[in-house]
Amino acid sequence: MSEPFDPARWRPASFLPEEDARDPALLFVVAVLCFLACLTGLGVIAGNRAAQDWASQLTGEATVIVRARGGETPDAAAARAAEALAGVPGVTEARALEKEKAYALIKPWLGDVADLEDLPVPRLVAVGLDRKTPATAAALDKALKGHGLDAVVDDHSVWIKDIRRAAGVVRWTAGTLLVLIAGAAGAVVAFATRAGLAARRDVVEVLHLTGAEDAQIANLFELRFALVAAVAGAAGAAAAALLGAILRLMGGGQGITPALPIAWIDLLAVLPCPLLAALVAAVAARMTARRLIQRL
Amino acid sequence: MSRNANDAAENTSADEILRFAGVSMRYGRGPEVLSDVSLSLPRGSFHFVTGPSGAGKSSLLKLIYLAARPSAGSVRLFGEDVAAMTGRDLPRTRRRIGVVFQDLLLLDHLSAFDNTALPLRIAGHKPSEYRNDVAELLTWVGLGARMEALPPTLAGGEKQRLAIARAVVNRPEILLADEPTGNVDHEMALRIYRLFVELNRLGTTIIIATHDQDLVARSARPVLHLDKGRLRPLPPQGPMAEPAE
Repeated sequence: MSEPFDPARWRPASFLPEEDARDPALLFVVAVLCFLACLTGLGVIAGNRAAQDWASQLTGEATVIVRARGGETPDAAAARAAEALAGVPGVTEARALEKEKAYALIKPWLGDVADLEDLPVPRLVAVGLDRKTPATAAALDKALKGHGLDAVVDDHSVWIKDIRRAAGVVRWTAGTLLVLIAGAAGAVVAFATRAGLAARRDVVEVLHLTGAEDAQIANLFELRFALVAAVAGAAGAAAAALLGAILRLMGGGQGITPALPIAWIDLLAVLPCPLLAALVAAVAARMTARRLIQRL
Repeated sequence: MSRNANDAAENTSADEILRFAGVSMRYGRGPEVLSDVSLSLPRGSFHFVTGPSGAGKSSLLKLIYLAARPSAGSVRLFGEDVAAMTGRDLPRTRRRIGVVFQDLLLLDHLSAFDNTALPLRIAGHKPSEYRNDVAELLTWVGLGARMEALPPTLAGGEKQRLAIARAVVNRPEILLADEPTGNVDHEMALRIYRLFVELNRLGTTIIIATHDQDLVARSARPVLHLDKGRLRPLPPQGPMAEPAE
């Protein structure tokens, strides 16, 4: 026989049926959207790191093309250029590359030429630059001209600009994607709120006629959908973090591709996802619920 | 004593709780369901609203519990013009009114105890303040042993009494009941009527819309008789006797 009801042990039940908070379709859709949002976020972080690494590498180097003048041999001109550049502030190293490297560079265009020694092939000087205070292309040019050398300085600035522009495009694209995903999540929750209100019109009507304020009723739906979104957000974030961890394990520090070098710390970026999902859902549910309740 | 309460609409009283002046009402662009209704009810009174189906009884109650607005005329409730009430005033005013809805509107997923406590929770009271009152009220309406029961498991009379308990739990100044004895047997109808009489003795103004002519005839309470949306003199009745209270 069951125990008699004890009012002292009574705890108020939720005004909305508990089973409504376990709508599997809504949970799944929001979780998938959160998973995609987290993946996008991880992709942006990794892509940004790749762009920074490449730009940093290019910033630390310059290439000088040296052409021999008068009776001077190309090798002698390259050696003299390396010597001149080594003394420029902001240069950490200047090294004339072997002629074989210069030949290898032009081989794709000239094919197998029997005797390249007969051609006036310019020599290359690799210049290492101080990363904090690198020498400018103008300073290198001035030093070379000061030593009477016919040379062209390539400080990779064109490439760096391209890489930075590409990284910017990736960031903007990802930002747009995140806004679209947040909008889609908000729309899904708004739709679910409308359906929830329609399904629970009896509850809304009773609360309304018993003296509940519009905000009180809207709060019920706001809290309900914020909770659903938080749970779904946590699931989506966990799945994205798991995938990120797998990619990190498969590819090591470089990731599965040099374009996406995922670091362990990047996985922490998914942590705000449940909170943000709850926030988007709460705002969408509140706006929808208040609009519909006012029509009652 | 006159049994037609609309005559009172001509007089203003400081103790007046409800006044209709030339009130008409229609749903959307439909025909008028109430036409030029004027009445005045004193605080602490007990009235029946009678009339055939479609006469406008439920619409009259809807105007009082602020679920609808008149299309013409004015309604004064607790001395305030309803038309002048803001969105913030309406919930506060509704909390002063208890309603037993025709279809009861019990929440099936909540226990009898939770259903009864609902108006108090909405009003922001703490559970510790009303737990015992709710239990006492449910015992008073004869549901002491069914406090944890869900409405679908209750019998018709039990549901009616639960709806009444919810309507009176926050001690409303007006209690409206729309066909409260519609689905119960005669014995249960009398028990419910006695509940209303007891509440009226405690000071609650009672307005009951009913088809139960026998109950009306035996109660000797004033009647608002509606016919085709208009208040009419009560048709001739048989001999009356107050039911045992």
